[in-house]
Amino acid sequence: MNVQTSLATGDPVAAVAAPEIPAVASRGYWGSVLRRLLRDPVAMAAACVILAIVLAAIFAPLIAPMDPFKGSMVRRLRHVGDATYWLGSDELGRDMLTRLLYAGRLSLFMGVLPVVIAFFVGSGLGILAGYAGGWVNTVIMRVVDVFFAFPSVLLAIALSGALGAGILNSIVSLTVVFVPQITRVAESVTVQIRNRDYVEAARVSGANPFTVVRVQVLGNVLGPVFVYATSLISVSMILASGLSFLGLGVKPPEPEWGLMLNTLRTAIYVNPVVAALPGVMIFLTSISFNLLSDGLRSAMEVRQ
Amino acid sequence: MILFILKRIGYAAPVALGVSLVCFLLVHLAPGDPLSAILPVDATAEMQAQMRSAYGFDKPLPVQYGLWLWKILHGDLGTSIATGRPVLSEVGRAVGNSLILASMATLIGFTFGTFFGFVAGYARDSWLDRVASAIAVFGVSVPHYWLGIVLVIIFSATLGWLPPTGAGPQGSGNWFPDLEHLRYILLPAITMSVIPMGVISRTVRALVGDILHQDFVQALRAKGLSEFGVFRHVVKNAAPTAIAIMGLQLGYLLGGSILIETVFAWPGTGFLLNAAIFQRDLPLLQGTILVLAMFFVTLNLLVDVVQTALDPRIERA
Repeated sequence: MNVQTSLATGDPVAAVAAPEIPAVASRGYWGSVLRRLLRDPVAMAAACVILAIVLAAIFAPLIAPMDPFKGSMVRRLRHVGDATYWLGSDELGRDMLTRLLYAGRLSLFMGVLPVVIAFFVGSGLGILAGYAGGWVNTVIMRVVDVFFAFPSVLLAIALSGALGAGILNSIVSLTVVFVPQITRVAESVTVQIRNRDYVEAARVSGANPFTVVRVQVLGNVLGPVFVYATSLISVSMILASGLSFLGLGVKPPEPEWGLMLNTLRTAIYVNPVVAALPGVMIFLTSISFNLLSDGLRSAMEVRQ
Repeated sequence: MILFILKRIGYAAPVALGVSLVCFLLVHLAPGDPLSAILPVDATAEMQAQMRSAYGFDKPLPVQYGLWLWKILHGDLGTSIATGRPVLSEVGRAVGNSLILASMATLIGFTFGTFFGFVAGYARDSWLDRVASAIAVFGVSVPHYWLGIVLVIIFSATLGWLPPTGAGPQGSGNWFPDLEHLRYILLPAITMSVIPMGVISRTVRALVGDILHQDFVQALRAKGLSEFGVFRHVVKNAAPTAIAIMGLQLGYLLGGSILIETVFAWPGTGFLLNAAIFQRDLPLLQGTILVLAMFFVTLNLLVDVVQTALDPRIERA
């Protein structure tokens, strides 16, 4: 968000030329988007939840009451509300609260990183394809079409399954899933922008292609692509934890929400509430990212 | 129309070829020898070379791809390394079960999704709209494998109403449309239906909102048509897109059913994929993914054609 703000506010063209965006004289486009976003209670609540989960994951070693790896077979599967184990204990007697806090680190990392990488790679490819046109466009977009022929869950699992389990392999698979999706959006926005008069004017004035892309195209394309990418984080979180749930991501005893959900499946008859807790965290994170993304979208699409 | 269909097929063919290439390369992405899973640890170099040539792994990659593609076009997906049975028959059985589950889920999702979508689209910005939108957001945000576990906890572990796993009594491998089997499909189908429900209700809400704001609706009302009559026009206008989305969702569910099939031990393609991955049975993995992806390509083609046939406004260019 910060990068976006600084990128576009310095550029007066962005405020005037961005699609369906009214020209605001007094403040920059991203300034008014931020202002509208701040006035959206649902989006703000979602942002607070995400912030809390992220901070809890980062500061887990400071706030977690116990050791995430140390268990005790005599104190296994304690119920929620236990005097020592506030959120109960897992199938190996490890503190659930501690592990849920620690698990946020890997789960968020594995869910968010593929989208971040795909945002840069996909935007680059999409802008290249959209601006260059011709055979460059054909080659890139036909390859994208092939990857679109796979449902995303299937592609992620096929790649992870072939590469083998592991954190790095999951991140690679998910990145491959999201790059074509972002490329397609970036390409279609770039094609729209390329045909605008001011881009034509810049070209005619003799600016080289890199300058035109950097000054005229980038600021206008990255906004919509960024919003699209934020909407993918929710999917990515669910898929990343899903891969670990299948045994294709994080390996035990490392705490991760999807993996915890899997190992606790055996406990659904003994302690159903504790068994369902890791999924609550995935759900909370995923729905918060979705709501924030929706808020951002409507803050950017206000028409007057 | 026939020209249009031919054009679409012409467009889908290179995509299908690309898909086959990706599936072929999957095996070569895998670290280590694809045969390491079945070779005994003490196999001599000579035995390894024998196996490699028996499976054709000793030839150059483009030749291997050509041979592989040739076999596939003749209906031979290879032999499963783990079981020694033809991949095609293994996949065929599983696809049937997955298709039943995915169709059931799509049907449930479509019914509730269009209902919520229409309610929300008609009553924009009312509390009904908010409730329907909340359900839609829930549908697209919930980790469905977790929802499956929660439903098992409630309806199987706690209430004991429905069976937690399997496709039928006594571990029956083939689904059959009777009451007993219906009890087994209910939980996985409901779990799976939340995704298409969310997606469809979001789409229909936006569609209905747009249609209601168009001039022709005002004209219909002005000429005194009953609200039900107007509703019929709205349905007719929303149908092509909604049906197209439903078709695509069926494809997504079929391809993405592995997580839910794992939770419910449903004997479908997801279950097969899971086994293929963990036994490192690469021909089976390759074959299953190829069949699912080709199904998706065909479905996309069908959706395109049906949507164009339903909506004369789409240009058949």
